[in-house]
Amino acid sequence: MGLESLLKQDGYFTTKVDALIAWARKSSVWPMPMGISCCAIEMMAAGDPKYDIARFGSEVMRFTPRQCDLMIVAGTVTYKMAPVVRKIYDQMPDPKWVIAMGACTASGGIYRTYSVVQGIDQFLPVDCYLAGCPPRPDNLLNALIMIQDKIGRTKAAEFKNAKPPELELTQRN
Amino acid sequence: MDLKEHVVQKLKEHFPGTNFETTDYRDELTIKFPKEVVVDVCSFLKFDPDLEFSFCEDVTAIDWAKRKDRFTIVYQIYSFKNNFRLRLKADVDESDCKIDSVTSVWKTANWQEREVYDMYGISFNNHPDLRRMYMPEDFEYHPLRKDFPLMGIPGSIPLPKK
Repeated sequence: MGLESLLKQDGYFTTKVDALIAWARKSSVWPMPMGISCCAIEMMAAGDPKYDIARFGSEVMRFTPRQCDLMIVAGTVTYKMAPVVRKIYDQMPDPKWVIAMGACTASGGIYRTYSVVQGIDQFLPVDCYLAGCPPRPDNLLNALIMIQDKIGRTKAAEFKNAKPPELELTQRN
Repeated sequence: MDLKEHVVQKLKEHFPGTNFETTDYRDELTIKFPKEVVVDVCSFLKFDPDLEFSFCEDVTAIDWAKRKDRFTIVYQIYSFKNNFRLRLKADVDESDCKIDSVTSVWKTANWQEREVYDMYGISFNNHPDLRRMYMPEDFEYHPLRKDFPLMGIPGSIPLPKK
């Protein structure tokens, strides 16, 4: 950020609270690794030292949705799995974002059949669609940067009155 | 004596009144029989000391769509003792869409028969746990039947609300 040069002069700087909060949010996007099939392998590769998702502050993959900001849906979502994905998404605290990683999550991909949901946007609000089968880790990082840009444009007041979602308490067997 | 002839001959000796159709294609022996004797034939093949077909590799079905006996159940079995594979077939008609379960002979048939039940809607008598394998419990159709559309029936599986 080049803040050090500012601090050398006066010891303080002025900014907007919105900008500061957005900067803090976008620099520490904690992903929920919703690794359902083969895209998950590329998602894991994005975490290794070669691609190093830590450069963007997103190395903390949390396996509990309560601590996550970003859901990376990596893999084919079947109709049977869809309620589970939605339930995990509902448990994430606001504000939250979703990456539809790979052709299957974006459109059903090669699985044009009765059992696969033809695009997760039928039951989830998606912020970023990611092409590829599977996408390379670079591509996932690109999506992450796009999400960061999106978070950088948000204002804190937007989320003030965000209502918690109504959880569906009955479970389908 | 050739093992194939041996298997067929033993079956014919042991089940005199039963009609066995045998085909030998690409060195693979297939034996077809009426569905009523399936458990007897299978337990004979498994427990006969010469044959010992102790491993049931797969149970699956074929949907012939417009044929009179619409379905054929296929059992792929293997004998470790003789290193020999055998295919068994039995026809099932849609009007009486059930067959006896062979789980009492091979435990591995349990999930395979559940899969056939899920995908083709053929029910198995005396099966210990006949539930759907892949599709949701309340799903009404059987996807591998020829009259099921590839993209499914819209609205048959509910999605969560957006």
